[in-house]
Amino acid sequence: MRIALFITCYNDTLFPRTGQSVVRVLERLGHTVEFPLEQTCCGQMHFNTGYRREAYPLAKRFVETFADAEAVCIPSSSCVAMIREYYPALAHENKDAEMAAGVQRMLPRVFEFSELLVDRLGVTDVGAYFPHRVTYHASCHGLRSLHLGDKPLQLLRAVRGLELVPLENVEQCCGFGGTFAVKNADVSAAMLTEKTRAVLNTRAEVCTACDNSCLMHMQGMLHRQFAGVRTLHIAEVLAGAEDAPA
Amino acid sequence: MSPRAGQLVQLNPKTAPPFPEAAKADLRDTQLRRNVARATDTIQRKRGALVAEKTDWQALRDAGAAIRHEALANLDRYLLQFEESFQAAGGTVHWAANAAEANRIVLGILRERDAREVIKIKSMTTAEIGLNEFLEQHNVAAYETDLAELILQLGKDQPSHIVVPALHKNRQQVRDIFARTMGLPELSDDPEALTAAARQYLREKFLRVKTAICGANFLIAETGAVTIVESEGNGRMCLTLPETLIAVVGIEKVIPRFADLEVLLQTLPRSATGERMNPYNSIWSGVVPGDGPKDMHVVLLDNGRTRVLRDAIGRQTLQCIRCGACQNACPVYRQSGGHAYGSVYAGPIGAILTPQLEDMRHAQSLPFASSLCGACYEVCPVKINIPEVLVHLRSRVVDRGRRKLSSLFDQERAGMMMMAAIFANRRRYEAAQRLARTGQSTIHHGDAWYHWLPGMAGRWTETRDLAPLPQQTFREWWQQRGQQ
Amino acid sequence: MNGAVKSSRERVLERIRKANLKAAAPQESIPRDYDRTSSQTVDRTLALFEERLRDYDARIFAVRREEIAAKAAEILNAGNRRRIAVPAGLPAAWRAAGVEWIIDETANHELSFDVLNDVDGVMTAATAGVAVSGSIVLQHGPTEGRRVLTLLPDYHLCVIEAGQVVETLPEAFARLDPTRPVTFFSGPSATADIEMTRIKGVHGPRFLDVLLIQD
Repeated sequence: MRIALFITCYNDTLFPRTGQSVVRVLERLGHTVEFPLEQTCCGQMHFNTGYRREAYPLAKRFVETFADAEAVCIPSSSCVAMIREYYPALAHENKDAEMAAGVQRMLPRVFEFSELLVDRLGVTDVGAYFPHRVTYHASCHGLRSLHLGDKPLQLLRAVRGLELVPLENVEQCCGFGGTFAVKNADVSAAMLTEKTRAVLNTRAEVCTACDNSCLMHMQGMLHRQFAGVRTLHIAEVLAGAEDAPA
Repeated sequence: MSPRAGQLVQLNPKTAPPFPEAAKADLRDTQLRRNVARATDTIQRKRGALVAEKTDWQALRDAGAAIRHEALANLDRYLLQFEESFQAAGGTVHWAANAAEANRIVLGILRERDAREVIKIKSMTTAEIGLNEFLEQHNVAAYETDLAELILQLGKDQPSHIVVPALHKNRQQVRDIFARTMGLPELSDDPEALTAAARQYLREKFLRVKTAICGANFLIAETGAVTIVESEGNGRMCLTLPETLIAVVGIEKVIPRFADLEVLLQTLPRSATGERMNPYNSIWSGVVPGDGPKDMHVVLLDNGRTRVLRDAIGRQTLQCIRCGACQNACPVYRQSGGHAYGSVYAGPIGAILTPQLEDMRHAQSLPFASSLCGACYEVCPVKINIPEVLVHLRSRVVDRGRRKLSSLFDQERAGMMMMAAIFANRRRYEAAQRLARTGQSTIHHGDAWYHWLPGMAGRWTETRDLAPLPQQTFREWWQQRGQQ
Repeated sequence: MNGAVKSSRERVLERIRKANLKAAAPQESIPRDYDRTSSQTVDRTLALFEERLRDYDARIFAVRREEIAAKAAEILNAGNRRRIAVPAGLPAAWRAAGVEWIIDETANHELSFDVLNDVDGVMTAATAGVAVSGSIVLQHGPTEGRRVLTLLPDYHLCVIEAGQVVETLPEAFARLDPTRPVTFFSGPSATADIEMTRIKGVHGPRFLDVLLIQD
């Protein structure tokens, strides 16, 4: 099928390899990926920081950009949560009936990456090879807003060569929270320290998740500590192959 | 020893330092952090086990949320029904528009009866209005009888958790407080001994003091009843032994029917202390002939609650039944403890209730004291969507700021406006991406990560490294790929 | 222009009405899909009640109605509890010889706090029991006594009929008289305020024995 990719503003700019990996996986499965170049940002940053007014035109722009997509794939559970939880409210508050209708039409076609694979495409084995010891962190939006459950784990368990180890307190927030990481930097660091301790306890080489925001945060402290652990978006793990190591 | 130890913590939202500043100090209190983590872990674990066992838990949450929603949607009708039933049973209802009035009403009742001392059951509402301090100023001694409140009162401290208010204290600190104030120099720090000392110290007061002040967990409109949910028995002491009992209760505490308790008394104990039922619940209306106080008063308190009710998104805050589960689940509270919120209401519920009670004039940092992880919403027995309210209150804070001249010089606002303009247009967005990379190349070379950044970004690099911008964005790769 | 000053009562009510007019969302009916009836047999319910009471270190003894007095006397004597307060309406047939029964008469002949503080315990009937939580419910009628009776003494001997025990809280609420006072007891009082160490018996009776009447 034809799958439109919403890469998200921060993946586009900071984690292009995640997008490349999504493309590789979907093409490996025989699908066609489209990338509407008009896309920019879903508006979550503005919305969550209190600039609700400024988030509206960005949300509207997203709905218009992807209006004709058969399916929209988003490798970021927080952006999907933004769309599902708050786009209807944004349309309603701004008395935008057209956008409201557009949102309703679009919602059933928007998927986070692991949702797309497991729910929409019905696959858990994407033909991946990733011979490393890996632990999985459950990002808050994926866990509590999208109810991803064990879909990401199903995908990881099907990866050849991958040794999966459970993360203790997996459901505890890593402390990123967008601008929270900077506005409340001390508490954020305290939260991240607990998460880091849990990751190090797994003796994993790689920590993966469905959100690069969490992973960026976690890698920040792991790197600072010379801990010998790297973070990698689940798309990049799933894109791993014998001839294309991740 | 925390930098804030030894200073009397003031939980006044009008004067408390902003959350980041207060939290920074309390983060260095290792005792506090250990106690908070242990307390919240314990209750969370017990709660989790009981919720797993309760197969109709989600149905109870749905019912609880609907009951509280209905109560607020018809609040005037239910308050009037409560008043009528309570007074028909021989009680007296007073209405207080604000804290000052509530304090005056209480003092008036005490003066009429020439009461110079009162025994109290823990009541966050009375803490909210500063009743104890007010009474002290007017030469009335108020003795707290909950063990935690007793510890705090004797130790001249403030609560840090809704349900376990003294959790920031360890046994040695409690021993020191009791030994000093109860005249028991030989007292050991064994919790059993400490509890026994408190039991004896308080019994004398229970048997002697003729006036008591309490709050209430619920008011029942249908029957005009007051409901007190407690663990220690001091509540029962205060509401049966004295001659006069005054309950100070927020107007939002009313529920429609007696039978509605069958829902809330299942979800409240499990959420608050991880028990199937707490030790004692007392329900009664007005004056019970031949049994308990002959003189029964309820003071209904507004103090900003009607203002919260006016906000379509914020009003769900008033559904709160004060279980404290949100605090126990909150990863932010876990690190900072309760005092950093600068209010008697701490944790996630405090972050949304306190600024709203203050009409968003104070405690503006509280809605931002959250990573929006949603754990609080997940555990709330009455389904308050706390993240939704937090985000909404953030926009109210920002909108207040917009109206001020100072906003023109606000860095964050400028940055947000700039980003909004960038995201609004593809060419501008792509140009901004290229500009950022160009800018980076003037100060930074190679793949090395940033260990230090200036300004606001420096708050990140204090404790975390940051990767440099990649040399190619995704869309550049995509467009390049398309040309091959 | 009305010169009268509005009372706080009027002001608060008016604020509420204005606020709800502006911001209240439509009310759907309350979904009551939670468990409202028992899923267990009577025997399983009673067994659960017993198990939960034992978790609180309460003791429970099954007796037939005619055995109440003898069993009560046996338990009280074994515990060296000689002076027991009782509500005036407690059946005389339940009060065996060998124990000093101190009757809390109503109106002007009631026991003082000092007396109640001094007795070895109190014996009452009950209104309901809730098996899931091991709770006992009193409504302070003539066989249960006024509330202070089961508060000051350190020991409570509670006589409850098997037919009064239900599994769930909603079933218990269905049996309660909403116009009478209610006290729920679920284990002796407890505090976890010192380092989260649960200590029993802060105020209120620390010891509970239950006679379960099974005919």
